[in-house]
Amino acid sequence: MTIVESRVGTQGQPRRDDGVGAVLLQVDDLHVQFETSRGAIRAVEGVNFSVDRGEVVAIVGESGSGKSVTALSIMRLLPRLTGRTQGRITFDGRNLLDLPDEEMRKLRGRDISMIFQEPMTSLNPILTIGLQIIEPLTIHLGMNEAQAKARAVELLQLVGIPDAAGRLDQYPHQFSGGMRQRVMIAIGLACNPKLVIADEPTTALDVTIQAQILELMKDLSRKLNIALIIITHNLGVVARYADRVIVMYAARVAEQGPAEAVFHRPRHPYTMGLLRSVPRLDRPRGTKLETIEGLVPNLAHATPGCRFAPRCPFRIDICATEPELQLTDTGGTARCHRHAEIAAGQIAWARSGSEVPNATVLSTQPLLSVRGLTKHFTVRTGFGAKKATVRAVENVNFDIYPGETVGLVGESGCGKTTVGRMILHLETPTDGEITFEGTDLVEASEAQLKAVRRKIQVIFQDPYSSLNPRMTVGQIIGEPLGVYKLAKSRSLADQRVEELLGQVGLRPEMTARYPHQLSGGQRQRVGIARALAMEPSFIVCDEAVSALDVSIQGQIINLLEDLQQRLGLSYLFIAHDLAVVRHISMRVIVMYFGRIMEVADRDALYREALHPYTKVLLDAAPIPDPTIEKSRAPRLIKGELPSHLAPPTGCVFNTRCPMASEECRVTIPVLEEKRPGHFAACIKI
Amino acid sequence: MTLALPTTPVKADDTRQPHAVLEFIRQQPLGAISFVIIFIMMFAGVFSNLVSPYDPLAIDFASILSAPSIDHWCGTDAYGRDICSRLIYGSRTALVIGFTSSFVGSTLGAILGIASAYFGGRIDNIIQRFVDILLAFPLIVLALVVVASFGRTKLGGIDVNLILAIAIPIIPRVTRVVRAAALSVRVMPYVDAARAAGYSHSRIIFRHMAPNVVAPYLIMLTAFIAQAILAEASLSFLGLGVTEPTAAWGLMLSGNAADFYREAPWMILFPGVAISLAVFAFNLFGDSLRDFLDPRFKV
Repeated sequence: MTIVESRVGTQGQPRRDDGVGAVLLQVDDLHVQFETSRGAIRAVEGVNFSVDRGEVVAIVGESGSGKSVTALSIMRLLPRLTGRTQGRITFDGRNLLDLPDEEMRKLRGRDISMIFQEPMTSLNPILTIGLQIIEPLTIHLGMNEAQAKARAVELLQLVGIPDAAGRLDQYPHQFSGGMRQRVMIAIGLACNPKLVIADEPTTALDVTIQAQILELMKDLSRKLNIALIIITHNLGVVARYADRVIVMYAARVAEQGPAEAVFHRPRHPYTMGLLRSVPRLDRPRGTKLETIEGLVPNLAHATPGCRFAPRCPFRIDICATEPELQLTDTGGTARCHRHAEIAAGQIAWARSGSEVPNATVLSTQPLLSVRGLTKHFTVRTGFGAKKATVRAVENVNFDIYPGETVGLVGESGCGKTTVGRMILHLETPTDGEITFEGTDLVEASEAQLKAVRRKIQVIFQDPYSSLNPRMTVGQIIGEPLGVYKLAKSRSLADQRVEELLGQVGLRPEMTARYPHQLSGGQRQRVGIARALAMEPSFIVCDEAVSALDVSIQGQIINLLEDLQQRLGLSYLFIAHDLAVVRHISMRVIVMYFGRIMEVADRDALYREALHPYTKVLLDAAPIPDPTIEKSRAPRLIKGELPSHLAPPTGCVFNTRCPMASEECRVTIPVLEEKRPGHFAACIKI
Repeated sequence: MTLALPTTPVKADDTRQPHAVLEFIRQQPLGAISFVIIFIMMFAGVFSNLVSPYDPLAIDFASILSAPSIDHWCGTDAYGRDICSRLIYGSRTALVIGFTSSFVGSTLGAILGIASAYFGGRIDNIIQRFVDILLAFPLIVLALVVVASFGRTKLGGIDVNLILAIAIPIIPRVTRVVRAAALSVRVMPYVDAARAAGYSHSRIIFRHMAPNVVAPYLIMLTAFIAQAILAEASLSFLGLGVTEPTAAWGLMLSGNAADFYREAPWMILFPGVAISLAVFAFNLFGDSLRDFLDPRFKV
């Protein structure tokens, strides 16, 4: 068959299947080993799976589970010097691991293509996107310039980029994150591949954009009969889009099977544990998050036997031997000796049960109040030094009471982090006041500020960059004790450090460690201990759990709640994950484009959101349940965040709002109490 | 900090190598070789009086311009002084001037660079414009100006102004590089955390930022030692550096050495080799140290 024949027609009729059998990709007993200065690391061990034509398969797992390495070894993109790959990867009847480099190069991009996580960095910033789409077409399909250009326009239209022909000559920085990811998909689809591997394709995107992109990918995969491997840690995404799920844990496949079976009838304790530790929007809010205790094992020092055994509540003697992948009653396979007992319902995870009373407000006197808070940034546009104003935060008002947790949600660029930074005095407000325990922080003198500052602390998102890599854990936690003379002597300070480590669930011997010797969850605990060392009354948690794996995330949230109970802390919990915010917050503030859209008590907000933006956000958040997900038609929000340099007139949300009318483009809505204690900024309610 | 606690044995996955030196030799064999050369130089500089066969100042008219031989390994110069001994004593001058001026220049430059990045705004602007002015002059020209306008101030036999003259042109170059590194450290959340904790500026600069830009600083330091030795040699060659009869490599190349290049090429050859070797060694060592300290260069 010729290349031209294999092209999708103008509007993507299904492609003729040209292979034999339904199986497109078959991975047999794949092993990948990396040689490092610390010894060999077995990143993938004995992985088997297959992907049919046109099928959507999701590989889920926590960081370090080997899911990305599996994908890269299919593409043969692993570093050759250090990585050793064994096994068989049969694609369309050929073993990819035996192919000469020249053949493999022809295959990549033409038959198998890959979409990466970061749309910001995976496009070359100095080449036009037209050139980047045309490149694979001329190389792999031998098209001439005109043909390739026509096809590029067609592809951009396919992925939903308006004015495709006009945008070919633009550079990546002229596209938004979501648009760039669409371009990446267009490049991935350029040569009409049989298999697309998407490595965390939407992790860097906002929830509304994420829904658009995933919907697009699923749609294209159906229409063009392309098999899709989605690698992700987001179980909601898996539930919505996957036909089949492969759960990986510590370099091995723990369980695989049809999506419905894996989600509803998991047959591996890890899958069971993972599913119950995700905070969910569709279930009543429990008092405490379920967690999987312990840490993912270190692959450099793998112990024999079942990898999950050290964390497994159903561990018995036989678990010291390595279980095989066994067929289960649900039609999938699970690597567990006791899968039959699980199937029979004889063993199940115990509920953590510890009833934590809901946190209560300790006083009616606000601890922190924010009035008319505004932050404008001036940016120069181009050489003319014409200054433009970015209204990052505009007239924000709220109070936080002692002992309260207030959630602050919104998409990237909505100003939620800037609000947090102004409260922390890391950013100076353009206007407005921040009063903390009666002191106006904006007007405060240096001395007043120093007295108050210690009381407001912060926990950052990224546990990898929030700790000074050149200081030991003991130094990091002990530093404020010395600076603020919070401990009377050296030995008392050392005692206090140990006590703080104990409070966050770390062992005292951690004091001598450096941050890079700790896992992500442990680092986040150190970050919390550092904040606690100041004896604060208020902590800003800026996306404090978003960088953590699901099973660790639950541990940290529980810890934060515990500490609140014991120490009477108040939190401002800044996050984009609505389910997490619902779990931890008592009140929730929704921000969009620098303004507050809605403020309400948690239950009122999640039961009945008033503002159209909040409704859209709640709709776009995927729920880890395939039955629910596949039955509901997502109300997709159209469009993207408006540009800060050309802000919309009237209501900032009017460009994307399903209810917007002419009036919305004129009137700026004020935040009004629509119901008792429930505020929204919308003229339509 | 010391702990009263029994610390558990370090786990095997510990990435901090207990034998950093061995690891350095394994990863950077060229760096190790260059360090051996530097070590020999230092040894010769410190123990000059013990290792040199002759007094470097002793004039011996009986053996003027004698070729390299068993008695005089590198031959003698126009005054009959033993070149080998003068090279050994010269390494002392080279190291004192080279190392001190590079250290002074790089450290001042690093402090300016971090301060510039940390404070930003107007302070950054002022420091950077000052740096621009200094950068407009080639290193050797600027050193010439300084030495010519300050004259000489001897302190314990060392010309302080010569050190300053070489150090000042180093400052702007290090400032630029360290500022760039400090700018990326400046936005790290751990610096924000330190600011949120209300720590003083000096604490944040020296405790939190400086240790994280130490890698570029070290590399600049070693790279500029080599440049400083060259600058010292050039200044001596021009008569503005070390003066006769002190043994200094640059000085040995200058003066009447050139007059005798036909009859006594060793008078130029050996000091030239010494300078090249020192420059080569310090540059190589600086490069290796950078690679060794940068985790991205590790597999």
